[in-house]
Amino acid sequence: MPERNLVQAVRDALDEEMARDERVCVLGEDVGLKGGVFKATEGLQQRYGVQRVLDTPLAESSIAAVAQGLSLEGFRPVAEMQFVDYSFPAFNQIVNEIAKVRYRSNGDFSCPLVIRAPTGGGVRGALYHSQSPEAFFCHVPGLKVVLPSTPVDAKGLLKAAIRDPDPVIFLEPKKLYRAERQEVAEGEAAVLPLGAAAVVREGVDVTAVTYGYMRTVTVQAAARLSQDGIEVEIIDLRTLRPWDVETCARSIHKTGRVAVIYEANRTGGFGAEVAAELAERCFASLDAPVSRIASPDVPAMPFSPSLEHAFMLNPDKVADGLRRVARY
Amino acid sequence: MPRDDAPLTREQVFDAYRTVLRARALDDRRFVLNRAGKLAFIISPRGHEVAQVAAITALEPGRDRFCLYYRNFAAALACGFTPEELMLSAFARAADPSSGGRQTPGNFGSRRRGVVIGSSTVGPQIPKAAGIGLALKWKGEGALCYVSFGEGATSQGDFHEGLNFAAIHHCPVIFFCENNHWAISVPQALQVAGPGVAERAAAYGIPGVRVRGDDFFGVYDAVRDAASRARAGEGPTLIEAEVLRLQSHSTDDDQRTYRDATELAAEAARDPIPRMRDALIERGWLTTESDDAMREQVSREVERATEAAEAAPDPDPGSLSRHVYADA
Repeated sequence: MPERNLVQAVRDALDEEMARDERVCVLGEDVGLKGGVFKATEGLQQRYGVQRVLDTPLAESSIAAVAQGLSLEGFRPVAEMQFVDYSFPAFNQIVNEIAKVRYRSNGDFSCPLVIRAPTGGGVRGALYHSQSPEAFFCHVPGLKVVLPSTPVDAKGLLKAAIRDPDPVIFLEPKKLYRAERQEVAEGEAAVLPLGAAAVVREGVDVTAVTYGYMRTVTVQAAARLSQDGIEVEIIDLRTLRPWDVETCARSIHKTGRVAVIYEANRTGGFGAEVAAELAERCFASLDAPVSRIASPDVPAMPFSPSLEHAFMLNPDKVADGLRRVARY
Repeated sequence: MPRDDAPLTREQVFDAYRTVLRARALDDRRFVLNRAGKLAFIISPRGHEVAQVAAITALEPGRDRFCLYYRNFAAALACGFTPEELMLSAFARAADPSSGGRQTPGNFGSRRRGVVIGSSTVGPQIPKAAGIGLALKWKGEGALCYVSFGEGATSQGDFHEGLNFAAIHHCPVIFFCENNHWAISVPQALQVAGPGVAERAAAYGIPGVRVRGDDFFGVYDAVRDAASRARAGEGPTLIEAEVLRLQSHSTDDDQRTYRDATELAAEAARDPIPRMRDALIERGWLTTESDDAMREQVSREVERATEAAEAAPDPDPGSLSRHVYADA
């Protein structure tokens, strides 16, 4: 199996799905000859032509709207938002139009499409290239939301998202694009189901539920805590809507303690929903309050390295938070 | 079905006139039912009927796509919705073909008729139509996408994004603006800079046409010409039909509170339906007797449609969560 980093895995998923199904097409800003600002669509236009890999005007609302139009006509568009921070002009199209097509037509119409976007910070991207707004999309019935953290997951889940009968928001942690290489399967063997979490580290003392770049940070924090005799069980949600409550609940029944770790600011973040659901489901199993470890409630991540560092969760901060839950 | 080079037949015009009369009679009945507390909310096409039906008569329901907006009651009839179906929608009954009673009446949708399900936000259908147009161009079957909106929608960014995209890609789209000079209470002078909407076409390098919306044959010719261009691969056209809003914005609005009484009276005297009737009588296609007979027939249709819709069952409360996703 070839070794791939996360962005190469995204590219491979697009390539394979375009080869498999001629209805699949890619559109967005700079996705053509340039191959995307992160190279996620590199080489695809050369291979599939300017129609199936379409450079759009710099206008996110119409990117989403055109994708919707293509989908309504039977194509399977994968639209790229250059940064998820730039998807907000398309918010009405995504939330009021795309997400509600099936419901408001009483099942007469559907709108299978994927909107891909790099998400998250830690890359000196500052306020408008670092945001983690997944909670906005997770709040919307009718959408599915995926946020992978490894090359294997990125490829398998993107292939599943493209084949899914409903619209999927596919968020890619840009800090992980070139962080890790894995052997990644090809073709049908690569596909992974949406909605299934992964237990990425087993432990008996505290459950850490996380996703995206925070998986990497939590794994590092868990290694430190292990030296202190605290064994953390780490669950990577991978899909945020629908999310895998059962895998989390099973773990909590074993550990009796849980923290939810997410990169977005704390208030109203998707981790808050996870925390609330797990508190309700697992109350009788809990030996400590359900805890959130999240970023501070400032508008976004600043540019200066000192301020960026102050904003970002890191293994120290996550280890401190998990230790408090373990020792409660 | 009209062909690009075929003249409008007397039978087609007769059908169109009947549709105009149906729209008016159904709308009048809806207002009575609203005042009687039986219908919650109605948006009237009063004053727009002739323009709407003329436009659709120049197109091919069943072959073309139609992205309608909430004032397109007469256009929906011209696309093939029956009086009973539109009354089912007004009563929000389970058998409402557009949404099964989920949306307010005026959000028309029917996949088999090519009427793309609408929503109640203003303007999102414009770039969506560009995307549908792109798909139709790719399919190469000569179909086009017709999208309509009021002049208020032309203030939205989606208007620009949709026209820009469709013009860049020569999409087979007809942008049809029904300019009634009022967006609820805001007059055109506070909505549209410059002489009007049609002139904006020049900025996109496409034809812009202004027509009198009470001139059935003028609107028909403008739309037929635009359709010929679209089907020939020559791209989109922007048509601005000047119409009168002879009714308030909706049943929750009273335009007498913000519009001049003399002006309202003058506009009421310019109702486009008598003008269409007179034009048909002048051509010798209609007599006062056949007009009376047609009105009598329409009145009976409205009666039957109302009775059937009122007696039809409401949606099952148990269906609330259906059609959120493909599997539910």
